[in-house]
Amino acid sequence: MSAISLRQIEGRSMGYYMLLAAFGLFVLFGLGSALYMEHNGHIVTGMNNQVVWGMPHVFAVFLIVAASGALNVASIGSVFGKSMYKPLAPLSGLLAIALLGGGLTVLMLDLGRPDRVIVAMTYYNFKSVFAWNVFLYTGFFTIVAAYIWTMMERRMNAFTKPLGVAAFIWRLLLTTGTGSIFGFLVARQAYDSALLAPMFIIMSFAYGLAIYLLVLMVAFNETGRPLGDKVLLRLKKLLAVFISASLYFVAVFHMTNLYFAKKHGIESFILMNGGIYTQLFWIGQILLGGIVPLAILFHPALGKSRTWIAVSSVLVILGGLAQMYVTIIGGQAFPLELFPGMHESSSFFDGVIHGYKPSLPEIMLGIGGIAIAGVITTFAIKILNFLPASLEDKVMDAHHGAKQ
Amino acid sequence: MSDVNQSRREFLGKTAAATAGLAIAPGVMLIDMAHGRAPEDAASSSVRWGMLVDSNQCKPGCNDCVTGCNKENGLSGGTSETDSQWIRKVELKDLRSGITASLPMMCQHCAEPPCVDVCPTGASFKRADGIVLVDKHICIGCRYCVMACPYKARSFVHEELTDQNPDVPRGKGVVESCTMCVHRIDKGQNTACADACSAAGHNAIIFGDLNDPNSEIAKRVATYATKQVRADLGLNPGVRYQGI
Repeated sequence: MSAISLRQIEGRSMGYYMLLAAFGLFVLFGLGSALYMEHNGHIVTGMNNQVVWGMPHVFAVFLIVAASGALNVASIGSVFGKSMYKPLAPLSGLLAIALLGGGLTVLMLDLGRPDRVIVAMTYYNFKSVFAWNVFLYTGFFTIVAAYIWTMMERRMNAFTKPLGVAAFIWRLLLTTGTGSIFGFLVARQAYDSALLAPMFIIMSFAYGLAIYLLVLMVAFNETGRPLGDKVLLRLKKLLAVFISASLYFVAVFHMTNLYFAKKHGIESFILMNGGIYTQLFWIGQILLGGIVPLAILFHPALGKSRTWIAVSSVLVILGGLAQMYVTIIGGQAFPLELFPGMHESSSFFDGVIHGYKPSLPEIMLGIGGIAIAGVITTFAIKILNFLPASLEDKVMDAHHGAKQ
Repeated sequence: MSDVNQSRREFLGKTAAATAGLAIAPGVMLIDMAHGRAPEDAASSSVRWGMLVDSNQCKPGCNDCVTGCNKENGLSGGTSETDSQWIRKVELKDLRSGITASLPMMCQHCAEPPCVDVCPTGASFKRADGIVLVDKHICIGCRYCVMACPYKARSFVHEELTDQNPDVPRGKGVVESCTMCVHRIDKGQNTACADACSAAGHNAIIFGDLNDPNSEIAKRVATYATKQVRADLGLNPGVRYQGI
């Protein structure tokens, strides 16, 4: 088995600097928005005392979930011993770190008191899922960084497998933690389900792989490196499996809720009469984020086209953002039921659907998180050997051998 | 006896009574203050502060408890989507029978508060005497407690505040809610909402120690059927309701 060499990109082209500058610009927009929100208070956002988590959380949770999913390609290589995936692993680790970094930055900058982030690092309430997550995030950075190091440093290669296993277990814990932020909210009808943790894990597989595929295709295309069908078609099949599994979980989640009379209210809100949330669910999450990419990926002709594979990946990402919007904001827009069987009204918007209109600063902060992940990735592939020099079919055959 | 003597006696008698009154008054005041807690003493778990709301006495349309709370705690009284509301009047209508009820809703000061469970830094905490508070110094403004509270009792401060009551510090970017007028309770006084309700002649809110069998609240809870809102969650709130 011949090793596939990893090489940094040259990164001196106009295109490279343009990309870096574009990401940098959006990072600046994001930071500016955060400063504006911090200075004026959340009054300048669309968030209010009914919908307290808004657009920043949609982006942040998406990025954090996608981060753990992006690591999957590496896990398939080192944990499940599929040698074809091994040259793909360093980029997978890099994307995991970059996406998590972007997501956490957004989450932190949206705090009411971002200046007190040190308090979050020094005062812990160990019963809080959030506090667990602080450890899960920092642990993830450390383990994945060490994992990448064992892959890149030849003397450390022997440790790749154990660290890969550790990283795989850790990423499962991390997404369980993210899903449980919502799953443990017993009072809210939209959440309060143990199913949210595994559902977030399976969704992370799809979101992370879609991002991985896009980055891989763009990077190889722009640097003129050969990317064979063997790798690409394998990854797109995997993406199709993950999309199907996500749809299955969403179906089971809603079927369970539909069976419980006490959840009929929230279900009819999300599935039938929730306006923007219903539209985002059916058109965004299910149709564009699930059924259309599945149809493309399984289509005998379109499924082999690189353009269409890229389109599918973009659709999965947009569907993921729609899913987060429905889950996070739709879940809060539906009023809490304090007195079941009673009609409630008050000056504090009891018993009515809560309004939320995302404002520009919070959207820019969210996009800033994506841009941070972009800057980290673009910069890292220039200074370190993250990308394989070639993923041509014949190179892969030589590397991969008869082992399928 | 001459008139002069008579008036002198009266004068002396009144003076003596007044002097005695003046001498005793501080003692009486002290006895009164002894109901409160000395600043150096920690809150005691032998006490469980609570409130009982009698919905039958609560008048629809009366907002005095809300006004009283706003005045005491320095809240603006605004009711926009971003304004803080520590207490609100909820009007209820049974969907089948059509029976209506009116009641104040505020932090229920749960024995098992979900807001305290989810708070990453421990800023949300419960005092030994059952009062659930937010430590404004270590709240990072993540709003997870707002998500977790089943009673929609918490508010996030969305903008700069002015004209604060020095006894009730508040701050932009942190979460707040009903403190059960902890600054008054520690001085042995009632909550502002209960006082406002009494002043309006409704007496729908009774404040007291649920653990003290001789307190009015404990006697009422022991005598009448009272309800916990969302009792299914098993949170054991310190605020109980009668008549719903």
